[in-house]
Order: sequence, then C-alpha cells, then structure tokens
Amino acid sequence: MTTLQNPIVSLSNAGVYRDGKWLVRGIEFDIQRGEIVTLIGPNGSGKSTTAKMVLGLQKPDEGKVTRLEKLCVGYVPQKLSIDWTLPLTVHRMMTLTTRLTEVDLVQALDRTGIAHLAASVVRHLSGGEFQRAMLARAIARKPDLLVLDEPVQGVDFSGELALYELISDIRDELGCGILLISHDLHVVMAATDQVICLNGHVCCKGTPSAVAESPEYLKLFGARASSGLAVYQHHHDHTHLPDGTVRHADGTVTENCHSDDGDHSQQADQHKTSEAASHVR
Amino acid sequence: MLDDFFVRALIAGVGVALIAGPLGCFIVWRRLSYFGDTLAHAALLGVALAFLLEVNVTVTVFLVSATVAVLLLLLQKRASLSSDALLGLLSHSALALGLVVLAFMGSVRFDLMGLLFGDILSVSKVDIATIYGGGAAVLLVLFLIWRRLFAATVSPELAEAEGMRPDSANVIFMLLMAMVIAIAMKIVGVLLITALLIVPAATARRFSSGPEQMAVLSALVGAIAVIGGLSGSLKWDTPSGPSIVVAALVLFLVSLSSAAGRFTNRSKTKEGLPK
Repeated sequence: MTTLQNPIVSLSNAGVYRDGKWLVRGIEFDIQRGEIVTLIGPNGSGKSTTAKMVLGLQKPDEGKVTRLEKLCVGYVPQKLSIDWTLPLTVHRMMTLTTRLTEVDLVQALDRTGIAHLAASVVRHLSGGEFQRAMLARAIARKPDLLVLDEPVQGVDFSGELALYELISDIRDELGCGILLISHDLHVVMAATDQVICLNGHVCCKGTPSAVAESPEYLKLFGARASSGLAVYQHHHDHTHLPDGTVRHADGTVTENCHSDDGDHSQQADQHKTSEAASHVR
Repeated sequence: MLDDFFVRALIAGVGVALIAGPLGCFIVWRRLSYFGDTLAHAALLGVALAFLLEVNVTVTVFLVSATVAVLLLLLQKRASLSSDALLGLLSHSALALGLVVLAFMGSVRFDLMGLLFGDILSVSKVDIATIYGGGAAVLLVLFLIWRRLFAATVSPELAEAEGMRPDSANVIFMLLMAMVIAIAMKIVGVLLITALLIVPAATARRFSSGPEQMAVLSALVGAIAVIGGLSGSLKWDTPSGPSIVVAALVLFLVSLSSAAGRFTNRSKTKEGLPK
C-alpha cells in the first residue's frame, strides 16, 4: 500500500564528480514511507556521498535527486567531534535543531530507553548510549526521513541487535522512510526492506537474502561475509518480500514475521530451538 | 562621573567583556583562537588605513577585519593551503602591512603601544557609546542566530541536513567577531583581544553544565577580570590590556584549583561506574 505513494526521496542516475573522477555514478533508487533502505559497500565505495545526496548536502553533478517538498529529515551522523570545552548534556542536545516540549523530549528519550541519561554529558556516553541519544534526538523531530550513518559502530554485539530492533520498531511507529548506512550486511538483513550494495555504482540491489546470494557481493567481501552469514543464518528463516509480506522458511507467506523472530537478544542456542520450533510448526 | 577617565575605562572595559564572553565561548568550542588572532592583527592594518584615509577608525577596523574573514572563507574553499598555513599567512601579513603603513606616516603622532596593548587613558564618551551601541547590536544578532550557530558548532552536517542553514550563520558569526575586535581594540589592544575572548570562556567552562550558562558566566568572569585588571593597571601604572589579561589568567588559575577537587572526584566515579 505504501508503494503506491510518491517516494520521499528519489535518486535517478545520480553521480558526483570530484577531482577528476566519479565518486559515485548512476545511483538509482527510491525511499518510500515506511521503508528501510540499507546502503552497504566497502570503504570509499560512495556510501557517504550517496547519503549526502539524499540529505541534500551534496548536489549531484549528473542525474537527479528529487526530495519531497518540506521534507523533515532526522539525521544521525557517524560521529560528533564535540570539544571538551563544550558542555553539552543529552537534554540540551535534544533541542539542537528543534524546539520541543518537555513531554515530547522525555517521550523520545524514553522511546530509545535512555530517559535516565537526560542529564548526562554527551561526551561521557558509551557507544550504545550515544547512538540511542542521537536516535532519540532525530525521532523527536517526527521526521519523514531518517538517515542513520553506521548506527551500530562502537556498540557491542547484543547492543547492535537491540539497536536494529529499535530502529525497525521506530519505522513502524513513525512510518518514516529510513536510510541506513552499514558495512555489515548480515545483521542488517533481519530488518531491512531493500539493500543497495555500492561500489562506485549500484553494484546490486534487492531484498536482503537476494543480495547475500549475489555473486557480485561475494566477490567484494569474499568468504568472510559468507561465513559471517552462516553464523547468523537463523535470520534467514523468513524473507521480506518487496510487497511488504514475509516469506518464511517453510514457504508460507504472511503479513508479519514470527513474533519470536523479532527477539534478537536471545542466546544463540535459544535461537536454534525457536528456529526448530518454527520449522515444526 | 563620566569625567573621571578611570570610571570611563571601567565602564568601557566591562562593556567589552560582556560582549566578548559569549562570542569567546564559540571561539573556544570551535577551536578558532588562531582565527581570532588573525582578525585582530588585521585590525592594526585597519588603524593604519584609517589614519591614511582620515576616516573613522572603528569602522575601518571592522571593514578590514571583515574583509580578511571573508578572504579566509574564500581561500579555504579553494583549499590549496591548509587552514593553519592560511591563517598564519594572513595574520602576519596583515600585521606587517599595518606596521609598514604606519611607519610611512611619520608626520602623524600616535601611540603604537596603545594600539598593541590597549590605552586606558584615551577612552572617551564616544568610545563608550560605540561599545554599548555596537555591543548591544552584536549580542542581539548573536541571540537571534544562537540556535543555528550552536547546531553548526556541534555538527555542521547535521545542522545543514536538518535545515539550520549553517553557512549563513557562520558568515554572520565572523562579521560579529570583526565587530567585537573593532570595538575592543582600544581597551585591550590588538595583540591581546583573543585572550579576552578565550580566557574567561575557559574559566567559565569549569562551572558550566550547559552552553547558555557558560556564555553568561564568561561574560561575568570577563567583567571581573576587567575591573581587577584596570584597578591594577591604575595602581602599578601597567598597560591596561596586559593587566586585564593577567587578571583573567589569575581567575582561570583560581578556577583550576577550586574545580580540581570536583573534577578528580567526578572522573573517579565515572571510571567506577559499571558499564
């Protein structure tokens, strides 16, 4: 149903030319409301440049980037370099670009689970806390488009899974489009609707498992990625189809994932049992 | 009361400190102290040109400093030299040019020491009017662009992505800097304006938990430094600018020692916290 609307952002044949070479070229994809698009690719493959075009920070030298008028963007940059001399609490950071009522502010912090950290100094936050604070700030704006630049960096493994789960919940609640930049395909796969693999151009794109099976992707990342994928194969017990439905391992297609599939905080062996259980069903 | 030169100097100095405090916070947060120096050195060229053309000194200093700021922005976009080298180039060329131009005007008597280190005796009622009028304008504009400038300080990309137009805020900020330098030059002198911007802000940092609070505290710390420095300058017949900066330094050192206990405690508890 969402696919019938105009896309929030649409890139068509977009390219950026710098210092005698094309950083990216021929980039072509849309972001719809309620859709998570994940950009992956090796360093220097143009992920950041592409994100900048989506954000409107970079004008394409070729092709076109169309954004909805009065698009409200929430942006979580890869890092902030805050000088020691700048006293910045989480509470103050929340209102960096938006005026918020105290209720909305606390609600957003609560949503990402860090309401108790409102008075904390941003520089003292751990990796996971920092990402949650930045995410809270971005969603407090009630954005149409959320752009997250490597939101799981500096976050340990269980925190990473929890963050991805939170991001996918936020997508469901706000109905916003999400552009997620990642170097890590195998964990992203669980939540994302469309994966775009970049290497100066759109190397391949599709639903998560489609990319993992693509020979171009395997050529880029080699056996490490496929072995990494093997470890997390429990994520593959369902596949998000382009129309928003879900195809499960046993071939059935439903509107949603299994309720037990969303819980990534469980131990690996528990996953096995739940996976087995779903197969039995 | 305004007939007493010392009262005039105090009023003027406190006015300058109140403007310098909030702007100084941004200089510290953005690590722009060398940039402040460059604009201040350009001020001397402004003074020389004003004498040469027989026009208003404050306005000329503002125009020259603003030109140097814009020039710097343009050169940075071209980026054939690093910002650091560009600043050094502009800063010292402007200072040298100013001194050379001044030397050519042998017939005009003026006080080079006063220009470099501030001149407590020569503060006039017109100067006070300039400081408070110009200062009010600077603070008003800063207040209006505060949110945008602060967002751009935390992250230029985030600010731009979320529609805060950081570029125009940055340009306005540079013009405000040029204006403060033009206003403050007479009190602290060309060589020490940056210190009046930075030292009170660094002192206020120790006692601030938010950016707005730090801006207000810097203004107050600066005002205290001006009163202390000017009093010392009167008592021991020392140049006004350096005396004010020494007073600010003393306040900074006091803040270090009084805050030291608090800070080591805090870092200990921080390390002791379970992850």
